[in-house]
This record gives sequence, structure tokens and C-alpha cells, in this order.
Amino acid sequence: MSEAALRILLVDQNVTRASILEEGLREAGYTNVTVVRDMQNLLKRIVDADPDVICIDLENPNRDVLEQMFQVSRVVRRPVAMFVDRSDADMIKAAVESGVGAYVVDGLKKERVKSVLDTAISRFNAFNDLREELERAKQALDERKVVERAKGILMKERSLTEEAAYALLRKAAMSDNKRVVEIAQAVITAAGLLR
Amino acid sequence: MSLVIGFIPLLDCASLVVAAERGFAAEEGLDLRLVRETSWANIRDRIIVGQFDAAHMLAPMPLAAALGIGHVKTPLIAPFSLGLGGNAITVSLPLWEQMVGEGATTGEFSPKQAEALRRVIAARKSDPLTLGMVYPFSCHNYELRYWLASAGIDPDKDVRLTVIPPPFLVDALRSGQIDGFCVGEPWNSVAVDAGVGAIVTPTTALWPLSPEKVLGCRTEWAERYPGELAALLRALYRAARWLEIPGNHAEVARLLAEPRYVGTSAGLLHRALAGQLALLPGAEPTSLKDFFVPARHQASFPWVSQALWMYTQMVSWRQTEHSLEHLAAVRRTYRPDLYRAALAGLDPSIPTTDLKTERFFDGRSFDPEELTSWLERGAG
Repeated sequence: MSEAALRILLVDQNVTRASILEEGLREAGYTNVTVVRDMQNLLKRIVDADPDVICIDLENPNRDVLEQMFQVSRVVRRPVAMFVDRSDADMIKAAVESGVGAYVVDGLKKERVKSVLDTAISRFNAFNDLREELERAKQALDERKVVERAKGILMKERSLTEEAAYALLRKAAMSDNKRVVEIAQAVITAAGLLR
Repeated sequence: MSLVIGFIPLLDCASLVVAAERGFAAEEGLDLRLVRETSWANIRDRIIVGQFDAAHMLAPMPLAAALGIGHVKTPLIAPFSLGLGGNAITVSLPLWEQMVGEGATTGEFSPKQAEALRRVIAARKSDPLTLGMVYPFSCHNYELRYWLASAGIDPDKDVRLTVIPPPFLVDALRSGQIDGFCVGEPWNSVAVDAGVGAIVTPTTALWPLSPEKVLGCRTEWAERYPGELAALLRALYRAARWLEIPGNHAEVARLLAEPRYVGTSAGLLHRALAGQLALLPGAEPTSLKDFFVPARHQASFPWVSQALWMYTQMVSWRQTEHSLEHLAAVRRTYRPDLYRAALAGLDPSIPTTDLKTERFFDGRSFDPEELTSWLERGAG
């Protein structure tokens, strides 16, 4: 993605620092920058700006606010790049390598900005892919459990073999144009009502 | 050996400050370099990348890291508790007036308070109240949720819970951005002192002798420096014993009041150390039993049962899912074995068991043997 197209949300309550950071980003070619100084309605601001990356100063206590939002709402989860005035290059390198975040050292040096924003985004995507994969795997497991339970009910109530119970579920799913797991859930619900 | 330790400016960083400033660390051959941090996320990151050897952490934080919730999974351990209690729930004066109108009484810490809040919420219909807390993986979050749920208030539907860093809470309350919060001292007293808040209840009235902060470090660091870690635990234990002696409170308060530590009024810090909190602006301080307990009642012991309770809350509030693997990770994180090894001979009353029953204000109790039923029953 070109610099100009990258949407950046800059979170900083300090007006002076925010304008320095914004200017630095623009100088580095990032023109699509939205600055948020007011922490109220931050969630809505993130949704509206739909940024590719969020930039925040490492010394800003509102890092914890962002973290909670990412915890609660998948919609607003975004890569975060942090700016550090500490000239502690080793820590920054270690942080980037271990995936805890991407940092720009010493405020904004043009030549560093691009690589840090790129790192933040690629780290985030890798982490997010992993998380989504886990969520999908868990969902698949949950669905299998539902089908197993429904099969059990049918086997018991209608004295069917396991294969026959599954065939019955599948047939109902096909004729109703539904997924097997949906029919299985309906069987479990119905069995609960009839108990 | 020199150890770098991160902390957040709150009353319960006191043991670290006293250990560093009053010679307890030096006696153990340690040079503590305390680094003040601005966010819990920074504390966690700097522990993970090894820039801090150990840190002042919210008690559930090492658990969240060990479970990999919301972030990189990193095995951390909690071998020492930095004190019990010290938190309170504070609301804006307008909200407090409404709660009084619905039956709440200042200083009467009973289920009536949350019930009064429920009636206030019911009367509001739309426009839900917003309550602040400091971090998703904190006892403040779980205590506030437990308190709300005890009166039938759904913390995820009937109110809005939001994270606000402690130094911004009082301004947020004043400006009406939030209607109340749950936080550690001195921030409740700062709100009362500023004339913008009323303390509804100390959380120790909801859960007596409740855990709050721990010393956290990476498992790998603890394995590499077992001698230094044990020395640190001894220094912290001695510091905690020393700082809870009433005759030392004034000096501790003065130390903590310095800008490089907590940086708020020594008077307020002194009152919090002594458990003497003014609940309303202009009111005389009320004496609160076992409000902040750094050492007595085996306060520094890392009870595995408390870690298990926090885990039930993480599951109940859908921060994670229950699995045997998660449960094993939780048990591995709290380390009473390291506490016992370090403090044998120094602490005459070290518990011989890792588990105890926790009792709550609503009559429920958490017996770790009944973990499954707490997990199944869910929150509230």
C-alpha cells in the first residue's frame, strides 16, 4: 500500500505532541492522518476512521483503553504502532521481534516510520490470522459436539444406529436446505422441550 | 545484583518503594531500580521483552499472559502478593444522591447499595450509566462486575464498563464522561477530596482480604535467577511488615508522595495506609477494617485458590474458555512453592496448603473443590 493511501489514526491528548507527530507522518508521505485528542467516543472514532493502523505514544496511559476495546470488539481491532522517546534501541528491537508491538524510536524519524508501520501491520495480521484460525477450529469443535449430542438423542429415542441417526439428520438438513448442525441443534432443543 | 522493577503509581507499590528506600533490598544484596510506568500494557510488554526483571502487576495479569488472552502467550509467575484490598467503588455525587433516594446509606456496606443502584438504572431506561475501571484483567473489573451482578445488574448490558487509566478517572468523573469507577487508592480519596465523588464501598467489604497486586516475572527469569528472586521476596516481605506498622505510616506516605513514586498528597496516602477514608466530601474519615493489608493475615502469600477464582471470572465474563489445559496453566502461574522456599525461617505462619475458601458479601463462598460448579453456574 502506498504511503498516501494508508489510513492512520493518531491518538494523543497532548496537542503539541500530536501536531509534531502528525507533521512527521505527513513529511514521511503519510497524508491520510486523523488525530484523536478527545478520548470520549474513541470507539466510534475508530469505527468512523476505519484506520489501517493506530499510532499512540508509548507514554500514553490510554494504551490500556485501546487494549480493552480490542478485547471487547473485534470490529475495532487494529495494528498499533507506538512512538518512543526513549533511545533504547535494544528494547525496541526485542519488542518487535517478540511480536509485542512495533515501535518508532526517538519520536518520528522519516526513514523509520515506514518500516515500523509495515511491521505493525504484518505482525497484527499474523496474530489475527492465528486468532481467527483458533476461533474457527473452536467453532468446528462446538458444532461437532452438537451433532454428536443430537445423534445420541436419535439413537436412544428411535433405537437407531449411529450411521442411521446421522443419515436422518443429513436428510432433514438437505430437505430443509439447512446445515446439519442447525438440524442437530433443533433436535436438542426439541428433546429438551419434550423431556 | 541490580534488578529493574516496573511499577504503576498506586498505594500498593509501597512494598517495592520501602524495600528499595529503607535498606531491605540492600540487606539482601540487591540494588532495586524502580521504573515508574504509565500503563499496564507497558508493564506487560516490558516484562515480556525482558526489560523489567519483575513488576508490580494486577493479580490476574500473569494469568492472562499465561493463557495468552488478547496478547502474546508468555509464561509468567506470581510468587508473592503485594498486598490485599486497597480498592473502592466511587460514584459521582449526583449518582450517589439518586442512590440515597433509592435506599443507600453512607458507610452501610450491604447488598442494599447495589440494589439501590439497580433501581436507579431501572428508572433511567435509556442512556446507560458508564462505569470506569483500569484494565480488563484486574480485580477491580471482577469485583465491580460481581457487585453489579449480585443485585441483578448485567455488567455487559445494563451499564457500560470502560477502561480509564487511574490518573484520568477523577477528571472523567468531574466532566460526566463516567458516573463511577472501581480503582485502588489513592484515586477514590482524590475524587472525594476534589468534591466530585462519594465512596460507595471499599471492595474489602464485598470480599474481605481479597487479592489485588502481585509481583510478576517471567518463568524463564525465575528459573535463571532463583537466588535473586528468593532474596527479592525476603526483602519485600520485610518491607511489607515494616510498612504496616502504624508508627511508620507517616514516613511511608511521605515517600510515596514524592513525584517519582505515586505523586499525590501524603495526607491522602497516610489515611489509605491507616484505613481511614473520608467517604463523602467534607466528611470525617471512616475507619475501614483491613482496608489495605500489606503483610498481616498472610497477605503476601500467593493463594492458588485466589488465582482459580480469578480464572472462573475470566471464563464467566467470556474473556477465555474453560479447558483443562487453561486450568493447568493457571495452577502453574501462582507459585506458593517459591514463596515457601524463600521465606522458610522468616515467616512463622506460612500456610502449608495452597488453597482456602473465599467468602463474599452476598453469602456465597468459593471452595476450590467446587471449581466446576462455579464455572458452570457462570457469573452473578
